[in-house]
Amino acid sequence: MPLATAALFLLVVGLFAAGAPLSAQHATAFDIEDGGRAFRNSCATCHGPDGDQVAGIDLGRGQLRRPYTDEELVGIIRKGIPNTPMPATNMSEVQAVKIVAYLRTTAESRRSASVAGDASRGQSLFERKGECATCHRVNGAGSRLGPDLSRVGQVRRSVELEQSLLDPSAEVLAVNRFYRVVTRDGTTVTGRLLNHDTFTVQLLDSKEQLRSFVKADVREHSFLGTPMPSYRARLSAQEVADVISYLVSLKGRNSR
Amino acid sequence: MTVRTIVLVLAAAASLQAQVTFDRVINADREPQNWLSYSRTLDNQRYSPLTQITTANARNLQLQWVWQSRSLEKFEATPLVVDGVLYTVQAPNDVVALDAATGRVFWTFPYQPSPDARTCCGRVNRGLAILGDTLFMGTIDAHLLAIDAKSGQLLWDTTVASARDRYSITHSPLVVGDKVMVGTAGGDGPIRGQIAAFDVKTGKEAWRFFTIPGPGEPGNDTWSGNSWMTGGTGVWNAAAYDPETNLAFWGTGNPAPDWDGRSRLGDNLYSDSVVALDVDTGKLKWYYQFTPHDELDYDATQVPVLADITFRGQPRKVMLWANRNGLMYVLDRRTGEFLLGKPYVKVNWMDGFDHKGRPKRVPGKVPTPEGTLIQPHVHGATNWAPPSFSPRTGLFYVAHWENTATVVVEGLSPRGASTNNARQTTMGQVNIQPFFNTEDEAYGVVRAYDPNTLDPKWEYRMSDITWGGVLTTASDVLFSGGKEGYFFALDARTGTLLWNVSVGGQVNAGPMSYSVGGRQYVAIAAGSALFAYALPPAP
Repeated sequence: MPLATAALFLLVVGLFAAGAPLSAQHATAFDIEDGGRAFRNSCATCHGPDGDQVAGIDLGRGQLRRPYTDEELVGIIRKGIPNTPMPATNMSEVQAVKIVAYLRTTAESRRSASVAGDASRGQSLFERKGECATCHRVNGAGSRLGPDLSRVGQVRRSVELEQSLLDPSAEVLAVNRFYRVVTRDGTTVTGRLLNHDTFTVQLLDSKEQLRSFVKADVREHSFLGTPMPSYRARLSAQEVADVISYLVSLKGRNSR
Repeated sequence: MTVRTIVLVLAAAASLQAQVTFDRVINADREPQNWLSYSRTLDNQRYSPLTQITTANARNLQLQWVWQSRSLEKFEATPLVVDGVLYTVQAPNDVVALDAATGRVFWTFPYQPSPDARTCCGRVNRGLAILGDTLFMGTIDAHLLAIDAKSGQLLWDTTVASARDRYSITHSPLVVGDKVMVGTAGGDGPIRGQIAAFDVKTGKEAWRFFTIPGPGEPGNDTWSGNSWMTGGTGVWNAAAYDPETNLAFWGTGNPAPDWDGRSRLGDNLYSDSVVALDVDTGKLKWYYQFTPHDELDYDATQVPVLADITFRGQPRKVMLWANRNGLMYVLDRRTGEFLLGKPYVKVNWMDGFDHKGRPKRVPGKVPTPEGTLIQPHVHGATNWAPPSFSPRTGLFYVAHWENTATVVVEGLSPRGASTNNARQTTMGQVNIQPFFNTEDEAYGVVRAYDPNTLDPKWEYRMSDITWGGVLTTASDVLFSGGKEGYFFALDARTGTLLWNVSVGGQVNAGPMSYSVGGRQYVAIAAGSALFAYALPPAP
């Protein structure tokens, strides 16, 4: 049996079909957050960040081969499935319960997930109509000012990408903050914040120059909101889905 | 020979590395050139009588030497300096003797801790103690070592507690008379904290005090069931000693398990407390519990600072304590009487004290399955880094953090309360980390507090938080540093920045000062290295 086929037995269709889920009863937002972290650290290597990289299984949408109770899933996460690539782990029961809670929540949120996207159309939108490369870089092309998206499909789920496209201010990682400096001669410099401390600030400015300023030597300095525009009005629902499909396909340099 | 010449000869003889008697340690103010215990004096004031570096000339300070340790652990030790020889610890537990004027190495004592040692929060050591020609060090595998200060040879090695059972020692020992005392850390695990005294010559145990009373002892009934057996209550930091009462004062850590008190109902004495122990017997004379039934991992692992002040018009022998729980205290150090307490940062888990100084808890500010927002952060308003008291200014100087909070969930590790994944009050690390936070996501300060009111007199603000300690001097210069990798001097009267230098690594230690050959040095550990600064030599 080839590995991919064997992996089908990892978890089988019908994640939500059986039993009252323990995790749904007790999971807090923090459990789910913890579960997501553990999933990305331990499970995504094989299953992918959306849980859909093992053929025939889509953990993120609850598509398994047969109905499983929470207890069964926790057992599988901890003990693995004999004679398949699904290994046993050293996770505690608490950790495994959180992963199950995370997967159920993710699947729930994706039930409303709309339109299927086309990655090729998405790439075209990314490069042209969306003007995304004005700020973002993919596989060495585009600007360094915003986050490099060459591997974004490995580290972000589609729901997160959707939020970033439609409501970009909702969550900006601290490492992606922007900053503004006005020098003594009145020149305004904006850019991505690389570091700051009591006395200095380091930026990658809009011309992609590494800049360092002594705070006491500038006229003004302050944090800025994200320059990422919302695409809610600029792209149709289908176009947003296409762009997300393209982003999800980005797994690293030249991976497409 | 004139009297003056005789004095000079005697002074020269004293500088020839005479034995460090306890009389010298307890009267450290007679020899301002030396630094004979963790905070220089056993009252932990971390105040140097040296005056060569002043508020007027501090801007001229220059690097004199750097000693690079062979360690990737945080450098938290404060060195000792004895007659021109500087002793420090290369984490976790190698002892190094250096020339205090040049930073060149005399000897290194290597120590390989047991692989069983599983310490919380870094394989760190905060310093040594000395008596006679013997250095004392607690180790992260919970041993107490005696080392020859001249040769770096091991004299004796006593097991204080079992590393396999998660005991460790991170702080500088306390030497009083013929006893050397240490406490055991590890209280986030199922230990039962201990403070023990050993004979300085032989390492033989003299007494042992359990920070959690056993059955039949007063306070055991503050632990439900058998929770007293594994209730944590470690000891992580240096003690203070008061020769008038022969009492040693130790801060104790949180009860275990940390964030879920359901299995250990009661006040959980003597967790999160200061305990005053008779040095001869180890008997408890008094205690004060800062955070009864702690479910927020607040600890009370700060360095106790003793001071003689005028309090409400009366001379008072007090203990000053800026606690991790966000409250600052003035206690009578002879009796433990609560004299004054006040939040010094944003605090939401209590809203006042009863007449005995017990905090009044705000209902609901406990761990819940959904998570509860608590101020200050689980790492606290301050943590283990040593503060300072200047008898000249009468002010208590503390490096701490503002705008911190955490979300505490029953039985689980707490989470930072800030948004957008900003790292709010991360543990100290060796190297400087990129920093992106806003003020709303916590910042560090050095503040000067009036012990009579516990109100701040001034503040020096940093962008990031700090795990660095504070030193003041008799010329009203204050030294400190922080996570941003700066070491700086402030005017202790006003907080004005006098001098600042980038040391390229996080400051995770307390500054100290000494003099050799008539030159005053100020030393600070940062990153993996120890830096010494002084003014340029007189032309």
